[in-house]
Order: sequence, then C-alpha cells, then structure tokens
Amino acid sequence: MMIVMPVMLLVVFGYAASFDVTSIGVAAGPGAEAVVALLPEPFETVEAGAGDPLEALRLNEADVVVAGRPGALTAYIDGSELFTARAALQAVTTVAGQGIPIRAEVAFNPGLETSAVLVPGLAGLILIFIGSLVTSLGVVHERQAGTLEQLAVMPLTARDVFVGKVAPYFGVAALDLTLVLVVGSLLFNVPFIGSVWLLALGSVLFLLVTLGIGVLISTVSQNQGQAIQLAIMTLLPQVLLSGLIFPLESMAPGVRWIGYLLPLTYFNQVARGVMLKDAPLEALVLPIGLLALLGLVVFGLAVLRFRSDLAPSGRRAVAV
Amino acid sequence: MSYGLAGVDVAYGRVVALSRFDLDLAPGSVHALIGPDGAGKTTACKVLVGTRRPERGEVRRPSAHLVGYQPESAGSWPDLTVAENLDFVSRSFGHRRDGRIDELLELTRLRTARDRLAGDLSGGMRQKLAVAMAMLARPALLVLDEPTTGLDPVSRSGLWRLVLRAASEGAAVLVTTSYIYEAERADTVTFLDDGHAIATGTAASIRAGFQGVMSVTAECPEAGTFWRRGRNWRVWTRAGTAPANGTTVAPDLEDVVTAASMEPVR
Repeated sequence: MMIVMPVMLLVVFGYAASFDVTSIGVAAGPGAEAVVALLPEPFETVEAGAGDPLEALRLNEADVVVAGRPGALTAYIDGSELFTARAALQAVTTVAGQGIPIRAEVAFNPGLETSAVLVPGLAGLILIFIGSLVTSLGVVHERQAGTLEQLAVMPLTARDVFVGKVAPYFGVAALDLTLVLVVGSLLFNVPFIGSVWLLALGSVLFLLVTLGIGVLISTVSQNQGQAIQLAIMTLLPQVLLSGLIFPLESMAPGVRWIGYLLPLTYFNQVARGVMLKDAPLEALVLPIGLLALLGLVVFGLAVLRFRSDLAPSGRRAVAV
Repeated sequence: MSYGLAGVDVAYGRVVALSRFDLDLAPGSVHALIGPDGAGKTTACKVLVGTRRPERGEVRRPSAHLVGYQPESAGSWPDLTVAENLDFVSRSFGHRRDGRIDELLELTRLRTARDRLAGDLSGGMRQKLAVAMAMLARPALLVLDEPTTGLDPVSRSGLWRLVLRAASEGAAVLVTTSYIYEAERADTVTFLDDGHAIATGTAASIRAGFQGVMSVTAECPEAGTFWRRGRNWRVWTRAGTAPANGTTVAPDLEDVVTAASMEPVR
C-alpha cells in the first residue's frame, strides 16, 4: 500500500489538478443572440428559462447571461464559480475591447473574493473531519477499551447503541458547522443571503453521510492507526476532487466521476448556492437529492455493519 | 437448567480457535477455563455471551438481562467515575436503585474510590470494578475473562471472593485464567489448548486421570518429557519407571495440564 498508493494518488490528483476552464455556459436574453454568438471558446450557448438574468444564474441555468438593450448589453456573470467567473470576465472584457457594446457585471461575489467561494466548502471539509475521523476514532477506541463489547452484551438494542454513539458527534458537528459559518462570515466577510433552513437541510444530510463514513471506517479498522489511515484516504479525495479547489468541469473525465461520488461535492454546491446566491430549493434539488441518496446508502450500510459488528450472534443462541 | 456450548467450532481465517468445544455451566457453581495464551479462552467467552458467532454448534445462554460479562480488557468507561460506571450499567439493565451498587462497592472495597474516574484506578481496582459491573444485575450467567491477570496476590484473592459470592447468589460462573493453580478454587475445570478441550472435570478428577509417573530432579534430564518448574525439573514418564536421580511426586493440577499440553496427538 505504501508503494502503490503514492503513485495512484499522484496520477489521480495530477489529472484533477487543473484551473483551466473548458466550458462556460452562456445564455442569451432577447436581442443578445448575435453578440453571444461572437463570444469565443470556451463559451457554449445554453438555454435559460428564467426571464430575469440574475434569476437564471440563481437557478444554475447558465454561468453567464447576456441581456439588455441592443447597444447596451450586460453580461451577468455568476461569481460563485470563481475560475469560471474570472475566465468569463476576461473574455467579455476582451470582446468589449474589440468594439462590441457589452459590459460585464459579476453577480453574487462582485469582488471575486476567493474566501467567499472557499469558506462554505471549508465548512464542509471541517465537518468531514469531525464526522469521519473523530467518529471512527471514538468508536474504535471504545472497541479497543472493551466498552463496545460491554454494551453489546447489555440488554440494549443495536439501534440504542448506534444512536448513543452517533448522536453526540452529530451534535458537536452541527455546533461546529454553525461556528465555522458564523466566524467565517464575520472574519472573511462571506455573505449569507440565503435560507438558513435550506442550508440546515443540506448540512443534516451531509452530516449523516460523513458520520456514516466514520462508523463504516470504525467497523473495518482494528485499531486507531488504521482508522486514521482510512479517514485520511477518504478525506484527501474530498479536498481535491470535490470542486472545492479545482473546478469539476476542468478535471479529466477519468477522475471527474470520483468527484460525483463524494458528499462534499454536493454540500459545496448547496452551501455556495444558499450563502452566496440565495438559491431556492428548486435550484438545489439535484445536490440535495444526491446527498439524501448518499446518506441513505452510506448511513444504511453503517447501521448494518455496526449491528452485525455489535451483535453477530443475534438470535442464534438457544435462550434457556 | 445449565448454560454452555455444545460442539462449537470457531475459526479466524485459517486459524482454528475452537474445535468441537463443549462447555457445561451449572447454576451456583464456578467453572474455570484454563489454558495457555491463544488457547481459545477469550473466544469461548465471546461465543457464550454472543459477541462472536460460531461457525457451528449450539450456544445456551439466558436472555441479555441475565448475562453479566467482564471482557478481557475490563470494559469500564475511563471518563466516568466508579459510581457513574455502575449507575450506567444499572440503568441500562433497567434496575432501580436498590442498594446493589452500595453492596458491590462494599464487597469490592471500592467505596472510598466511588468518585474517582475509572481511568485513574489501579489495574486491580479497575478489574474489581469490571467484575462488580458484571455482577450488578445479579446475572444467571456470569462470564469473567481473565479477571485476575496482572493482579497482585491480595487483589487476586479479593476477586476470587467476588467470584464465589456470585456463585453463592445462584449464578453459573465461567472464569478464564492462565494461572492454573487458581482453577483449584473452581468447582469444575476445563483445560483448553489450541482450541481443543484436553480435560474436563473437577480438579481432583483431572488429577486422578493422570497417567504415568511424575518425578522431580534437580538436574536437567537428558531424555523424556520434562519441563522446568521453580528451581527443579519435572519429568513425566508415560510408562515405566521414573529416572534414577528423580523423586516421584503426586502430580498437582499444573503438572497434569502441562503434561497433557505436551501430548502430541489430540
């Protein structure tokens, strides 16, 4: 593992590490079609249903919407996708310099601040740390101390024990998330213009996945050293392949699919969408739905593994 | 009504931990499971209490409310005090406060340590706490995995007092130990080696089943089956007479099980 893993990680992360923007979805408002057609690659024309340009961006229908009166067009750029926005801004500025009457306006993150884009995702990363690493270490420690075995023979159901183990971590992680978001917003001036309840929904689902990963790690780890190694192996891809640092669209297709399996990918989309864009539920149905699906699968597996780990004999004994 | 195992097989991968293992535990009595490290004692305990599933065989145990278990690693919560550990177990078993905790604190002489964290206790005190936790619910089946390992003779003696107390309260008690002489205190004994039960019965019946001659020599014998014990050598002669320079002795339980573990064929 120590020989193969570094090479494998280098290959995977090497193909993922790219800031190049290969595609910018641009929608044309009424009368803007001709100008949009002049925009060079990597602009690609997309259809936007929303009439209002900002609403179209909020609903993730496009990265850029060009709208306005002929002769006074504005390219509204979604600033929540930093590298895409920078590439779009540069391209629009270049086109404007060639005499085409268009100006650029960055929405949702006008200053294109890195912190505004990173802090929501970093909050998720911190949650993964709490959820997977600390949970797995805690449960493995209990097993090594014999207290988990003690619980297994007590007249408690596996569900009682599972909830008893996971609930405190859930509470701590939820508190941490709140703190990180509040402190992040205050220290780095990250806006929070969306629905707290929508972010809470995404966070709860995300927490279920990360806690499930933590419990799964604990069920396959014999000691805390193994748990740490496994947790790091699940943490690293989330840092590099979730779109937190490198845009998913810029990654080679061979590694991009890994990003679509990671919970941080979807939490990142939800957190950025809610905090920066006030994205409504209909714009976040996909990431929230996928988080729910991941939660169901991972948390369900964790419950099953934990149950069989805790009481493998179950009903096999003859009660006398 | 007895508890125990019948024809139990357990393997960890290719390593056989228990093979066709039988164990019979009668209420009100103490059964000692003895054997060297890796013999399968802990596995037998785990199968009996239900934390390890056997590949084959039957397990007879009461419902979870009537099982007390002290795992090999003691199993107390280091961040809770002595009293909190006992209280947590008591509440988990659905017991009301009926003086049982105070009674066990008295029996284990942990009363003065009731407010100390379990993690701050000495090894002997922690083992006593673990046994007290296992005894708390007045179990019908009490399984203690190496409760005396690493303890000084006084603590060991105190723990055995607890074990006998549990049996006197009607529990069927299983105690595993690597100290063979401790097994003499139990009503019945099973000697386990490499997953196989080599001998079962009372200590006296196991001793009586010894075949051959046991002798003691001061010098290392040149042939035969022998081992060091104390400052002398024990020599086991399966058939024939003892070595000329040896003194014939009546084998004790340790001699018998050591000799049995040297039998090449099982």
